[in-house]
Amino acid sequence: MTEITPELLASHGIKPDEYRKILDILGRAPNHTELGIFSVMWSEHCSYKSSKKWLKTLPTKAPWVICGPGENAGVIDIGDGQAIIFKMESHNHPSFIEPYQGAATGVGGILRDVFTMGARPIANLNALRFGDPSHPKTRHLVAGVVAGIGGYGNCVGVPTVGGETNFHASYNGNILVNAMTVGLADTDKIFYSAAAGIGNPVVYFGSKTGRDGIHGATMASAEFDEKSDEKRPTVQVGDPFTEKLLIEACLELMATDAIVAIQDMGAAGLTSSSFEMASKGGLGIEMDLDLVPMREQGMTPYEIMLSESQERMLMVLKPGREAQAKAIMDKWELDFAVVGHLTGTGRMVLKRHGAVVADLPIDPLALASPEYDRPWVLPVKAPVIAVEDTKAVCPAEALKTLLACPDLASKRWIYQQYDHMVMGDTVQRPGGDAAVVRIHGTTKAVAITTDVTPRYVLADPYEGGRQAVAEAYRNLSAVGALPMAITDNLNFGNPEKPEIMGQIVEAIRGMGQACRELDFPVVSGNVSLYNETQGTAILPTPTVGGVGLLEDVTRSASIAFKESGSAVVLIGETKGWLGASLYLREICGREDGAPPPVALHRERRAGELVRQLIGDGQVLACHDVSDGGLLVAVAEMAMASAGHVGALLDAPSTLPLHAWCFGEDQGRYVLEVRNDDLVAVLEEAQQHDTAIRVIGKTGGHVISVGGRAVRVDELFEANEGWLPGFMGSEIAQH
Amino acid sequence: MKAAVIVFPGSNCDRDVAVALEASMGAKPLMVWHRDTQLPDLDLIVVPGGFSYGDYLRCGAMAAHSPIMREVKAKAEQGARVLGICNGFQILTETGLLPGVLMRNKNLKFICKDVHLRVERNTTDFCRGYAAGAVVRFPIAHAEGNYFADAETFKALEGNGQVAFRYCTAEGQVTGAANPNGSLANVAGITNAKHNVLGLMPHPERLAEDLLGGSDGKAMFDSLVEALA
Repeated sequence: MTEITPELLASHGIKPDEYRKILDILGRAPNHTELGIFSVMWSEHCSYKSSKKWLKTLPTKAPWVICGPGENAGVIDIGDGQAIIFKMESHNHPSFIEPYQGAATGVGGILRDVFTMGARPIANLNALRFGDPSHPKTRHLVAGVVAGIGGYGNCVGVPTVGGETNFHASYNGNILVNAMTVGLADTDKIFYSAAAGIGNPVVYFGSKTGRDGIHGATMASAEFDEKSDEKRPTVQVGDPFTEKLLIEACLELMATDAIVAIQDMGAAGLTSSSFEMASKGGLGIEMDLDLVPMREQGMTPYEIMLSESQERMLMVLKPGREAQAKAIMDKWELDFAVVGHLTGTGRMVLKRHGAVVADLPIDPLALASPEYDRPWVLPVKAPVIAVEDTKAVCPAEALKTLLACPDLASKRWIYQQYDHMVMGDTVQRPGGDAAVVRIHGTTKAVAITTDVTPRYVLADPYEGGRQAVAEAYRNLSAVGALPMAITDNLNFGNPEKPEIMGQIVEAIRGMGQACRELDFPVVSGNVSLYNETQGTAILPTPTVGGVGLLEDVTRSASIAFKESGSAVVLIGETKGWLGASLYLREICGREDGAPPPVALHRERRAGELVRQLIGDGQVLACHDVSDGGLLVAVAEMAMASAGHVGALLDAPSTLPLHAWCFGEDQGRYVLEVRNDDLVAVLEEAQQHDTAIRVIGKTGGHVISVGGRAVRVDELFEANEGWLPGFMGSEIAQH
Repeated sequence: MKAAVIVFPGSNCDRDVAVALEASMGAKPLMVWHRDTQLPDLDLIVVPGGFSYGDYLRCGAMAAHSPIMREVKAKAEQGARVLGICNGFQILTETGLLPGVLMRNKNLKFICKDVHLRVERNTTDFCRGYAAGAVVRFPIAHAEGNYFADAETFKALEGNGQVAFRYCTAEGQVTGAANPNGSLANVAGITNAKHNVLGLMPHPERLAEDLLGGSDGKAMFDSLVEALA
């Protein structure tokens, strides 16, 4: 038996006080397999031990929420007996080590979280953050991550409809790959993971178990040293073809009533799936590991339990349904094995070669995982910058520079590598405010977006947290969709540092407040901490994935200007807020200042107004104002239009021109409105007590403001040119 | 018209094409599993897009040897219309129903976007609803759509009027810049010598409804319904 040494504990990431707790729970020393199980169950990734206390403060309920956080994914009711199931999850570290497989398996993992619950996946999105473009690894990482997402998503036949991609030096050693999947299910066919029925068979299906993905730390442990060159690398390898078969097989089996409970094998593989199912059902499991389908010979119990081989599922069947389930798995050429049964003991008993190799109480492991109240300090907020202290430059020149900067440059080079049309329901493709995907066979649609502005969160985590939620709300409203719920993916540095913990606490407080005030609850999420390299943390990045509902998909708006001579209307108040703006960073070379504050009550009213106007058919085009400010938003509407319809804008004299053009004041939308509808639109805004102003008219093929003009074609070329140029390939065709 | 859609493990445009067919013919097509060996009497067989067998070995190579393809080949030889879209086109070249091969795209990447196509021949049952020389917009979504055939084969193909579609500009010019994947002579789709088998990389089923951004693809399904009613 392996001796439990301090080195072995350290290599498993178990702290001395955690080990004392293990000894208390067991009343004896664990063996190596049991120690491995504790280490993954109590890892930050599985236990949320640093963030749990704060996550509990987020609002998770609403009348339309069917299932909030705690299951594989969140579930909301969209009426007519249908539900949307969705979640976002990070795959940051693996994607940095091996970008193709890291990103690919990130997509695979989040897909499984969604179809495990009975949903057919209907859309994928990805929020990506890379390092500085000039960093030597950035191009390699962009190429690999994009190819991996495409390689997996394209093959499984789920459209990748949106997302975001940013660049910042803080991600040089720690990129972020946050993958989101949205699925569609019937409300009476949602599957949960709580095991039930003593004696019921526990069934393994999908791919075989190999040595891939076994916790990296353990590779250095004593037991593995001699033959370590025979071990597979710790990065998992995805097989989207098997995933596609798994989706079809699961949905076919779910159409029967054979399944009691089901859970995919994600992080910590067979360990976390079996413990979660047993714990949620208040039962025990006895498993014979000899029966687990294995890819290679001589696997130890430790390896079988900790393997993170992909495309595997665990389920509890009703008694006597094994043959029915096996026939479906045979049709789809997937492995199927009854590996154990449920017991009433509340213990996990594992056997290998006829001997008991682990015997652990389930609840103390699954429920009594450590919860920390880590010390934190209130982050120092960046000071407010006065407009007078910022440099004014020619707005036409600044606009062109901004549109070609890495964060605002067109991401066509990326989304052209993703199949965004398969399944035949993509109504709004990538490039707009939110993707719009029709609910198959109906006239309803979901709108989906991912948002966060990390530089705001760094400058003021509380405001930045509010802004991330508000921007998702705005992007959904901008296509005419009623915002329903969010999933959050909280990416931060080392929580053991009080200033990082302060970012986490404050960002969650801000997000929670925005969610409450906007009736926009959190239904699922994921936390990724320790995103640091050599002591430098990433920008705090709490990514929000928002989902909204369109009752009538034909009553939606897109960002593209539709015709010349219509009115350009600005909703919301403009004060010329330049702190933490892209203008400041890209034009003035400054990354400072407080971020723009979000007024949630105004945000809500503006959103309601915009949705109503779109629903009434009074909006030709709509775009929210975000990164880069008003002029960037107007230019994006022009560049998206057929024939590059421009806009002639009248700037007010009350503000410096550059502040009006590029300030990032929140809660704003630009609308294109027919002159005939203008009076009604202005009146409606008054009814909603929302600021509105006609700022110009569409027409010409230029963006003109303050006596300066720039051709839309020229802006388009600058906007489209950067990413292909950076990646060293020909410019993607429109 | 009686139609069937073949479903392989890894097919993922089978539902999409079934939806488009149903919209044109008013009835659901028969969905046929790859392990089946018999087909009923049919007017049209569709080999859909996707990643049959995960694209392992070579796109379409394994599907070409699945049990159902022997039957598809036999039906094609008897004169049934066979439409292969994207991976379906790759499978038809692998079975020998269509000449040539589809290689990696010139830029070595998967490309998903709308392209313009010039209808080169509108006398087949697939394209009779299009005007001769018409420019249509279909999406592509593939990594291996770079059509190639040896000089002799290609000369015969051209001489026999087997080129059905070519990539072109919005104005109908067949140019290098309008060629998304490096295909020989901008070929996007071809027929067999008897013109009852069509393979094309672009997806007509993806733009067969205005809500999705265009309906140029619908005319292909309408053409088939009209020809085979």
